[in-house]
Amino acid sequence: MSTHAPTPIKPDSAAPPPVEKIKIKVDGRDLEVPKTMPDWQGKPQPTTMLQACQLAGIEIPHYCYHPKLPIAGNCRMCLVEFGTPMLGPDRKPILNEDGTPRIAKSVLPYEPGTARGAIGCATAISPGMEIYPNSPATKQMREAVLESLLINHPLDCPICDQAGECKLQEYSVEHGQAASRFVETKVHKPKQVDLGPRIMLDDERCILCSRCVRFTRDIAGDDALGFVNRGSYNTLASYPGRSFDNNYTLNTVDICPVGALTSKDFRFQMRVWFLREAKSLCASCGTGCNITVGSREEKIYRFEPRENDAVNSSWMCDAGRLNYKWIGREDRLVKLGGSRLKAATWTGAVKELAEALRASKPGTLAIIASARQTTEELYLIKKIATRLGAVTDSIPRVGEGDKLLVSPDKNPNSNGARLTGISGPALGSSLPGIADRIRSGAIRGLIVFGEDVTRHGVSVAMLQGLDLLVVSDVLPSKTVELAHYLLPGCAPAEKRGSFVNVKGRAQRFVKAVEARGDARPEFEWLTELTGALGVENPPRSVEGCFNHLAKEIPAFGGLSWASLGETGAAAAI
Amino acid sequence: MIVNRKDLSWWERLYLPAIASGFKVTLRHFFKKKVTMQYPEEKWSVPPGYRGAPYLVKDQEGRTKCVSCQLCEFVCPPRAISITPPGPAVQTDAENVEKRPREFEINMLRCIFCGLCQEVCPEEAIFLMKDYSLNGESRKEMIFNKDKLLALGGVHNDRIMKWKQKAVEARRQEVFPVQEARP
Ligand code: SF4
Ligand code: SF4
Ligand code: SF4
Ligand code: SF4
Ligand code: FES
Repeated sequence: MSTHAPTPIKPDSAAPPPVEKIKIKVDGRDLEVPKTMPDWQGKPQPTTMLQACQLAGIEIPHYCYHPKLPIAGNCRMCLVEFGTPMLGPDRKPILNEDGTPRIAKSVLPYEPGTARGAIGCATAISPGMEIYPNSPATKQMREAVLESLLINHPLDCPICDQAGECKLQEYSVEHGQAASRFVETKVHKPKQVDLGPRIMLDDERCILCSRCVRFTRDIAGDDALGFVNRGSYNTLASYPGRSFDNNYTLNTVDICPVGALTSKDFRFQMRVWFLREAKSLCASCGTGCNITVGSREEKIYRFEPRENDAVNSSWMCDAGRLNYKWIGREDRLVKLGGSRLKAATWTGAVKELAEALRASKPGTLAIIASARQTTEELYLIKKIATRLGAVTDSIPRVGEGDKLLVSPDKNPNSNGARLTGISGPALGSSLPGIADRIRSGAIRGLIVFGEDVTRHGVSVAMLQGLDLLVVSDVLPSKTVELAHYLLPGCAPAEKRGSFVNVKGRAQRFVKAVEARGDARPEFEWLTELTGALGVENPPRSVEGCFNHLAKEIPAFGGLSWASLGETGAAAAI
Repeated sequence: MIVNRKDLSWWERLYLPAIASGFKVTLRHFFKKKVTMQYPEEKWSVPPGYRGAPYLVKDQEGRTKCVSCQLCEFVCPPRAISITPPGPAVQTDAENVEKRPREFEINMLRCIFCGLCQEVCPEEAIFLMKDYSLNGESRKEMIFNKDKLLALGGVHNDRIMKWKQKAVEARRQEVFPVQEARP
């Protein structure tokens, strides 16, 4: 097949028109289900048996079906027994004596005693249909499908990265047989196949569901994978001589139901059952993909996308996914410092800092914040700036975007900076002015958050000439070296807060790991500092702060921390 | 609750009869066969099935059997085991190895010799052996690393040799199970 154009993921803005309902029976229960349901592209398609069962709260085991991918119907795991109302020669339903329609169970045409299932993922429901997801015949079909899937399976579970989150393991326990009847030699296929820079394939484990093939062809728009050979020798491969290296390859590892596709980054690093999961956000661009951070003993092992149809569907880009290593870097700033700081504790440091700030003349201070900070932090910074009569701005970060997820805005919270008033509509527009006034000596003090200003128009000599330089950062930089007061901060994965993405969706995230040493979420000391500077009733908690700012800033239209939920809510930008 | 002390009778208050009957028991044992073992000069030989310290084993071809599945680490009740998995690098020093622990530590001060690690191990790579008296001069010394555990564990005769069998099968089918890493 030719390469499709990538499908941009758009949330449905208009409410869909009401859909006709039809009556069916699932597992003996009467049920009304919509006649059509959105498919992977959001277009209405006839509701399938699998979806109807899901609506009834019954999960049909499946491998190749994925709600965000076109239907292939090749794994046969979702086979179910079903029946349809019998029709007489007059095309009218034949009734039983008690007035209920008589149901004809689907059977093999040449063997009427044997039930004939249909695949739930691709069979549309019809009025009066009965689905038997728990009947003995259905169970037998599942058992048979699993048996044939395991015929050539290596049963590598002790060395397989998927073990613990493997659908083949789960369904085998739930629906399979305890013993194998296969005594012949298994077919062997290539192992440890280097598919691309981030992906390693184990062909023996592949169950040929084609999810990865469809993902890369239809979602990522890179038709790189396909099957070669036939029968038991059917093997997944990449196009000869080509590397599977688009920016979305690692999503195939997530959707692969078994351990065939593995991430080279996560491969053999940690067993999944040790990982503690935290609902967080990717901070590598303005899209704000929802992620789950997997960590153990305060070390981050992986980022995985978390489903949010308003933002990232079920995907995320490889670059964002792998951008976590810096969080555990050895040279992270973990000690309070700076040439003038005397105190060794945060309490003392905040006190000294408040004194130093109060001693500066109003109008001689500037604050350069970062659009990588949370909205709550930016709000507190703005409060401090108003109190001290300081000018504020943040630094724009522009890169390359794509049609699928990646945004050209590389700051996760540019809109947060705009909405809190830290920056104007164009981030960084006051930076040249600030630099000029530092040069002319009108600005005598500078507070910098998480940015190396020496790369943004403020030279080392200018910084050396300042009376006061306060820096809060996570990694060493030229600016950090010159700081009079150095306050070690946290990565997004080490704190709580919210970001407003490029489309104006406010989303919250929670802490995944604890920061090392003195490093402390900026929000905590900022709220202490606001108090020490005499701002009345500074919000003490992140939740409280968000609720407060949502009332104060009209764009948030009365949102609250609780109403953000796990998938966020839209703010007016 | 208050338990009142029982008053002694005058016979009991004499003490001497009680001492005499005590000595009688001592004297009787004085002439019986000795049951005390002169530990540590004399060592106890443990019965088969005894659960002593857990060690790692190699198979008869000298390969570490553990595949770093970390099930023992998960199951260990006092969390005595700590395994460092190997990471993604393809291992080329032995035939058909996909995964082996980079480091494997058992803190013998924590281990309660429960045997769960041996029971859970899918590769028959860890066994509780006969050592019951482990000692060292520091806590650090009591954390046994992979080399030490393998040295103490010795060889376990593997009847299945899964990896060898798979390699033979694959070679017969002209598929090499572990490919050389491409540059
Ligand atoms: S894919 Fe699943 S069943 Fe197969 S070896 Fe891996 S964990 Fe085991
Ligand atoms: S590699 Fe995984 S996702 Fe791709 S076809 Fe095989 S089992 Fe399916
Ligand atoms: S014997 Fe029990 S306590 Fe000791 S290492 Fe094994 S599982 Fe842990
Ligand atoms: S359970 Fe066995 S194979 Fe797995 S890590 Fe422990 S010793 Fe190694
Ligand atoms: S899920 Fe229906 S055939 Fe695979």
